[in-house]
Amino acid sequence: MLSRIINFHDYGHLLPVVRNSLIAGAVVALVGGLIGPFVVSRDLPFAVHGISELSFAGASGALLIGSNVVAGAIVGSLIAALLLGLLGERAQQRNSVIGVVMPFGLGLGVLFLGLYRGRAANKFGLLTGQIVAVDTPRMRWLIVVCAVVVVALALMWRPLAFSGVDPDVAAARGVPTRALSILFMLTLGLAVATAVQIVGALLVLALLVTPAAAAMQVTATPAAVTALSVGFAVLATIGGILLATGSSLPISPYVTTISFTIFLVCRACGAQRTKRGWVLSR
Amino acid sequence: MTASIATLHGATLRFGARTVWQGLDLDLAPGELLAVLGPNGAGKSSLLRVLLGQLRLSAGEVTVAGKPARHGNRAIGLIPQRGSTAAGDVRARDLVRFGLDGHRWGIGRERALRARCDALLARVGARDYADVPVRLLSGGEQQRVRVAQALAGEPSLLLCDEPLAALDLQHQHAVARLIDAQCRARDTAVVFVTHEINPVLPFVDRVLYIAHGRARLGTPAEILCSECLSELHGRPVEVINGRHGIAIVGAAQAC
Repeated sequence: MLSRIINFHDYGHLLPVVRNSLIAGAVVALVGGLIGPFVVSRDLPFAVHGISELSFAGASGALLIGSNVVAGAIVGSLIAALLLGLLGERAQQRNSVIGVVMPFGLGLGVLFLGLYRGRAANKFGLLTGQIVAVDTPRMRWLIVVCAVVVVALALMWRPLAFSGVDPDVAAARGVPTRALSILFMLTLGLAVATAVQIVGALLVLALLVTPAAAAMQVTATPAAVTALSVGFAVLATIGGILLATGSSLPISPYVTTISFTIFLVCRACGAQRTKRGWVLSR
Repeated sequence: MTASIATLHGATLRFGARTVWQGLDLDLAPGELLAVLGPNGAGKSSLLRVLLGQLRLSAGEVTVAGKPARHGNRAIGLIPQRGSTAAGDVRARDLVRFGLDGHRWGIGRERALRARCDALLARVGARDYADVPVRLLSGGEQQRVRVAQALAGEPSLLLCDEPLAALDLQHQHAVARLIDAQCRARDTAVVFVTHEINPVLPFVDRVLYIAHGRARLGTPAEILCSECLSELHGRPVEVINGRHGIAIVGAAQAC
């Protein structure tokens, strides 16, 4: 049993097979780690989950009609993100929109997969992640989309942080809060669509929320939060892929376990720090 | 005579069929502190939103710093109600930095603004907890940081939306005194919306009392008297002058 979970037999032969996955995984983790602190400060984890289900529907639809799965995932994601951005500006409204849209998306996805007559691994992979399926064209797609997300975040960085943390004052200072929240949702949609390719639709939160939440346990310095969040996401993804390579299991349990362990450690450190009191600076 | 910081002429605000207030005239001079009082739902916060350019008047005119009120006016600083935001996870200095460059695009460099953030925090006596997450600060400390944030943009008009709510008596006085001292020093006009009149009373130049769609403007002595408030509320209201402040009795039932 254990040897099925962790197995480094023939590892040297397997590594080249997952080379693309490692590159794609690192890039996607970078994006997840970057966008995570915004997701947490804007209280959007549930939205991430909702978007990923529609992304799954899009990807499985693409699989069924034999077109580009990444493009399908992006279309599904963007539709969900736009819906949430337009319909649910307030958290409460947004959560009910997600509650309505998410099961529909998941249902559609299951329908498409039910109709699909191809390889079973393709189906399961969309929900729980896959490693060997990242071929070179697909990796290029992922890198391009991730680059778009990084550039969009860099441009919006300050007003996005301001309006997420402090919306009333940001609005008073002339920050276009509504436009930013819609733009952010679309950017988030792209990030989710890429994460779905690696960890699968059900476990996107492990890449887009857990690393940021862990980082925010141990520091409040914005630059440190971002750096740690990215570091944790990359560690979980690369570690997860390397561990999964020797086994016959999907990648997601490895990624989520590493991610969750990091969170627990950070949580304990954060509790210690709060107990000791924050160091006063002079 | 110096130019007014903010003016309202025949200002009327309606939400659908409901008239919030009408015929409001106001001339706010530099350095003046105006307290805005009145029952809940009288349109006190709406007045702030009109000055911020977030609400359009149904009739009349509003100007800020000589120009019609517009969205995102940099001449205005805002101190919001406590706990109105998710600001808890950032440090005090980050909140202040938002006031300096949060509206600009791009990532920016924190180091370049560090000295200015420190100076602003020192001005309000918040230097010691510059690096502490806002959620770990007491209510009074949080409002000090808010004052520093609002001053960051060197505003000529400071809008305060219930800044004393949920503070204990001692901190109410301290925060009111801080806002007054900082604004007098820079000739910043202040519009101070509040339920707690006594902490600000020593610093107030004029009072705008809004109730039931009508408003009265004058010195505290003119407005905060039984006769004037009874007329505004359309019911007997008694103002009792004590040694440590005033008490308004009866107004609650009249709302």
